[in-house]
Amino acid sequence: MSKRKAKDAHLPIGECISQVHQILRKRFCHQQLPVKPEGVEAQHKHLAELLKRTAVHGESNSVLIVGPRGAGKTMLLRSVLRELSQETEVQKNLLQVHLNGLLQTDDRIALKEITRQLQLENVVGDKVFGSFAENLTFLLDALKKGDRSSSRPVLFVLDEFDLFAQHKNQTLLYNLFDVSQSAQAPVAVVGLTCRLDVLELLEKRVKSRFSHRQMYLLSKLTFPQYLERIRDQLSLPDDFPDGKFAQEWNAAVTTLCEDKSAEEVLQRHFNSSTDFRSLHMLLMLCLSRVSVARPSITPTDLLDASRFCLADANANMLHGLSILELCLIIAMKHLNDVYEGEPFNLQMVHNEFKKFLQRKSNSMYNFEQPIIMKAFEHLQQLELIRPADGASAKTQREFQLMRLMLDHSQIMEALQKYPQCPTDVKQWATSAFA
Amino acid sequence: RMKYFTRLRVKRIYEWRGAPIGFNRKLKTSEYGSLSIRVEGLPQTTVISAGQHILIEGDDDNNPYVARVLRLFADESGVQKKAVVQWFVRVSEVPPSKLQLLGRVPHPQEVFLYEGRSCEDEVNAESVLRPVQVRHLDVAAPFPVSEDGDTFYVKLSWDSRTFRPVDPSLVMRGATATPASSRKPGAEAESLHSLTKLSASKCLSAKRRSATQRTPGVRKKLQLSSPDEPAALRDDVLQQLLEAELEAGARSAMAASLSRRTNRKPGRRDDVPLTPRSARRRESQSEMDSPPAGDDPSSYKNKFRILAEKREIFPEINVSQLWTGDVSSLSEPVQNQLVPLSPQLVAPGRNHATCRETRTSSRRKEIQTGTEPVLEVLDEEEEENGALRVSRRKSALKVSSRIRKQLNLLDGRLSSDEDEEEEEFVPSRKELQSSDEEEDDDEGDEDEELAAKKSRRSSSSHTKQKTRTPRKTPRKAGPITPRRHRHATPSIPNRAQPARRPGNILEEARARLHVSAVPESLPCREQEFQDIYSFVESKVLDGTGGCMYVSGVPGTGKTATVQEVMRCLQHAAEQDEIPPFVFIQINGMKMTDPHQAYAQILQKLTGQKATADHAAALLEKRFSNPASRKETTVLLVDELDLLWTRKQNVMYNLFDWPTRRHARLVVLAIANTMDLPERILINRVASRLGLTRMSFQPYSFKQLQQIVTSRLNKLKAFEDDALQLVSRKVAALSGDARRCLDICRRATEICERSAAGLVGMSHVMQALDEMFSSPYVAAIRSASTQEQLFLRAVIAEFRRLGLEEATFQQVLVQHQALCRVEGLQPVGVSEGLAVCRRLGACRLLLLEPSRLGVLQRLWLNVSQDDVLFALKAD
Repeated sequence: MSKRKAKDAHLPIGECISQVHQILRKRFCHQQLPVKPEGVEAQHKHLAELLKRTAVHGESNSVLIVGPRGAGKTMLLRSVLRELSQETEVQKNLLQVHLNGLLQTDDRIALKEITRQLQLENVVGDKVFGSFAENLTFLLDALKKGDRSSSRPVLFVLDEFDLFAQHKNQTLLYNLFDVSQSAQAPVAVVGLTCRLDVLELLEKRVKSRFSHRQMYLLSKLTFPQYLERIRDQLSLPDDFPDGKFAQEWNAAVTTLCEDKSAEEVLQRHFNSSTDFRSLHMLLMLCLSRVSVARPSITPTDLLDASRFCLADANANMLHGLSILELCLIIAMKHLNDVYEGEPFNLQMVHNEFKKFLQRKSNSMYNFEQPIIMKAFEHLQQLELIRPADGASAKTQREFQLMRLMLDHSQIMEALQKYPQCPTDVKQWATSAFA
Repeated sequence: RMKYFTRLRVKRIYEWRGAPIGFNRKLKTSEYGSLSIRVEGLPQTTVISAGQHILIEGDDDNNPYVARVLRLFADESGVQKKAVVQWFVRVSEVPPSKLQLLGRVPHPQEVFLYEGRSCEDEVNAESVLRPVQVRHLDVAAPFPVSEDGDTFYVKLSWDSRTFRPVDPSLVMRGATATPASSRKPGAEAESLHSLTKLSASKCLSAKRRSATQRTPGVRKKLQLSSPDEPAALRDDVLQQLLEAELEAGARSAMAASLSRRTNRKPGRRDDVPLTPRSARRRESQSEMDSPPAGDDPSSYKNKFRILAEKREIFPEINVSQLWTGDVSSLSEPVQNQLVPLSPQLVAPGRNHATCRETRTSSRRKEIQTGTEPVLEVLDEEEEENGALRVSRRKSALKVSSRIRKQLNLLDGRLSSDEDEEEEEFVPSRKELQSSDEEEDDDEGDEDEELAAKKSRRSSSSHTKQKTRTPRKTPRKAGPITPRRHRHATPSIPNRAQPARRPGNILEEARARLHVSAVPESLPCREQEFQDIYSFVESKVLDGTGGCMYVSGVPGTGKTATVQEVMRCLQHAAEQDEIPPFVFIQINGMKMTDPHQAYAQILQKLTGQKATADHAAALLEKRFSNPASRKETTVLLVDELDLLWTRKQNVMYNLFDWPTRRHARLVVLAIANTMDLPERILINRVASRLGLTRMSFQPYSFKQLQQIVTSRLNKLKAFEDDALQLVSRKVAALSGDARRCLDICRRATEICERSAAGLVGMSHVMQALDEMFSSPYVAAIRSASTQEQLFLRAVIAEFRRLGLEEATFQQVLVQHQALCRVEGLQPVGVSEGLAVCRRLGACRLLLLEPSRLGVLQRLWLNVSQDDVLFALKAD
């Protein structure tokens, strides 16, 4: 009865909102594991069996998990490990070593990290002593001393596996795979990568030692599934302290998902990418608008968040430019049209600008050469233009060849939104002869 | 700066004594009765005659070979002096695995009469160092208390397989008749070195001695610290030790004041560095002789004289027992200077890793304290200042005799805890800095260690008998010494619960099919096996060297075959069908730098640790030295191409050593490419590698099938058709046996999940599909709508341009047009770039660096047909 009471207990609305924030932020920012794997059940089972055999039977294995970014590779591994850690036989035996190709950028660092995580005997506190060569010999000796039945199995997780293949001679990979293929301490090598051509990166003797087990996370969600996932992600759990608030919140989420305009926004996101991370980004933006005054997510929130997510960074940058700089950009656009994308220099841009000024009797845009030069340099600093590939730095700055880094659509879009843009400039932008 | 006096500089002069006693007409050799050895600059000579036991220079300066002279003769030219000897094997020369046959712990001074056949018994007489004592003991008799480092004991003979009791006549004949006078020069020459070894220990032994007299507990302690003592007494020991140290501390203060006085003594040479240490040493000695010793320095002199006379009675002490020469644990420069100075350091079986750990740092200090007096002596010697030298040496000898006495007193158990008092003597900074660079990083530590010595001392003295845990505690408090890991034992912790055995047929099959499972025999490589076997066997039988180059694509059984050959040969050697040999293997992939190969070879051959350069020098010496008794070494070099360096030094040496006359080295080199010698080796290396080549062909499907079948060994887990499918598929792709086994293993898993009893075609097909199917099509299908559209736009743009390359900007125009056609909202530039980058991340597209923004060029990483196929089916 007490539980029920707790459920029915009414909390002040502020308290509820902060609770909502806490729960949802944990989901979106901390990559909280879902209760059960979705869409990857087969892979989950395969990986769980594989690691379990290593842990229980001492069988060495190697496997690569391949999938595009945000496909849930790490999530899969973590949920498998979570499941395995509930079995005492596995938990007591399995040693884990986690490496990341972005952190362990060469074998020397990787070896130190392995030794540290394994807490081998040449580790004191958090420091690993000895040279690279000594560390390698030590680790290999340690693994060699072990055997299938008596040593604790070691799980090596190599995140960003493809980066390990760039290490010199692929020494680490060779040795890990070699251990997994010889009668030494049992190891399981799990590589995570988003590169589909990862096997081509391996040297042939390394490749031969790899077991060629590859798990691809390439399943595609349908839009209804995608909506379902959004609903799950936004819904509050049953054990939310204030039952009534939770009900209202969940009802609001359901209405949101059925709303026509919201669905449109989500469909656009779905078309663009189906991965978790960009979705979390969108939902996070919505969530941050929730407050005591607006205790639920409305379709407008979603629309705004979506607009924010899809906003074009370069086009936004154009809004902060002066009229002169904008005019230079437009001149460049015309030059690009005329010369079909060939690089240009300041003098050409200036001439194009002068042509525009001559057509207008109005002299308000009459600038000195140094001022134009300064504006040009500012554009270069903003990386809206960049020197063309072959252009040497020796040439005088007026004649240095440049390329425009903006697409025409971006320029036109920026002009539409530019505050108080002179009409003649707008006209000039649409037509070089206006 | 003073120079280190090294052993190598001692030049010995060998001369025949008397006229030849016989002449062999057939061999044209003239036989002599005795040989005299003189050390240059020293008056005495050593006489070696037939029947005497001698030490012969070998690979290891610390453990010269022991032998008995049978005959001495000069060869036909009369220039070369030769000796025919009967060898004795030291404990350290017997393989550790064989030592177990002994059934007991070998005595450090024990030697075995060698009855094997693999050693020449003719040696160059100029490799003779000096005579030693070898005594025969009955098998049951206990070893006498170690009284002399130069006495060895024989109980058994060793013929490389078994130990047998030995006939005393073989050992003793003529050996005892060594005249006392002939011993002297040896001792004289040696004393230079012995001083080194002594100086550290003598200080402490002097102190210990006095302590022993006053506190009976210390004596007890010394006995206690022998390893076999029960652990229950530890606490008492600790207590006693602390007491002893406190007393020692009090006395050291007294000694300091005394030394000042001694320094002022007129007539003393100024350049004699009278450190507080040496003074204290004397002080404690005299204190021991006459406890209320007067401070008058002249009384010391008297004592020295008296003791110096005793020198004849107490021959020089072999510090080897005190000072277990764990030379390998020292940094290389120290080692360099140490080896020549102390040729007799023997490690009497104390290689227990945990013991070593504690001692490393303390031992270093001993070395430092140890070198100092020697350097003094040497300095003096250079100046030809005889009188002072004698007094110095006398004092040293006096101390050595004291130590010996002490040793006798304590049943020779001192050896196990000499390092407890090392902190007593602070080595002067100057000398320290001369030693080497690696010391430098230690100095900070040492300071702190000294500061914390009270706590340390109490711990370090009793740790020997304990495990690591107690030592750790005091250690952690102080600074961490980086040296520890050198003795750390590499190991993976043991599992908490035993590994489960395979439960059913499929699990059993899986275990057998794992690449790591060692099969009973290697099918399909009989010919290669035979070739390699006969090659190595003939080299071992002949005692010659040679190279063989083995090539083949990965997974064709190169390493496995060679290892199998070596297993068979080793078995044959155990059966005494062929002479014993040493097999070591290195792998180019298992080292960080090609030059590490030297260090690894040396470590596997001798257990020594050295830097690559030093190891190269030692190996060079080993393989070019005509040291007579040497077993053939078989060296397997895996992944040879990784040992490539610009100058190809490593490869050159590896292939040059076997060509040396005395090397007896067989090198088997393995690499993947058949034409490696032609492609990357320079001529002089390729020439030395020779033309003994062997190439392993990829397995054919029949062979693969046979391999799997033989591994399964009548275990019925696969349908025949399924096996054949796997074999054919793999043979067509690579002929890699590993692949074949992996696929079979995966197939058993699939079969297990589908709950079928026998692995059939469908399971194998699925496994093959998983491993060999290209993921690109599936990846394109699973891509989001915009990603698919982008790929389509790329192809459209390629077609428009007639090129397989386009900029993002160009593609974007196509993409936006396609969006309109599909009724979608056109993508912006940022969104388009994000889509493009996602495709680039999984390598469906190849991209230029993304900083180029809209100008970046892109290429397809899959064929256009694949993309169209994937998108059409959608």
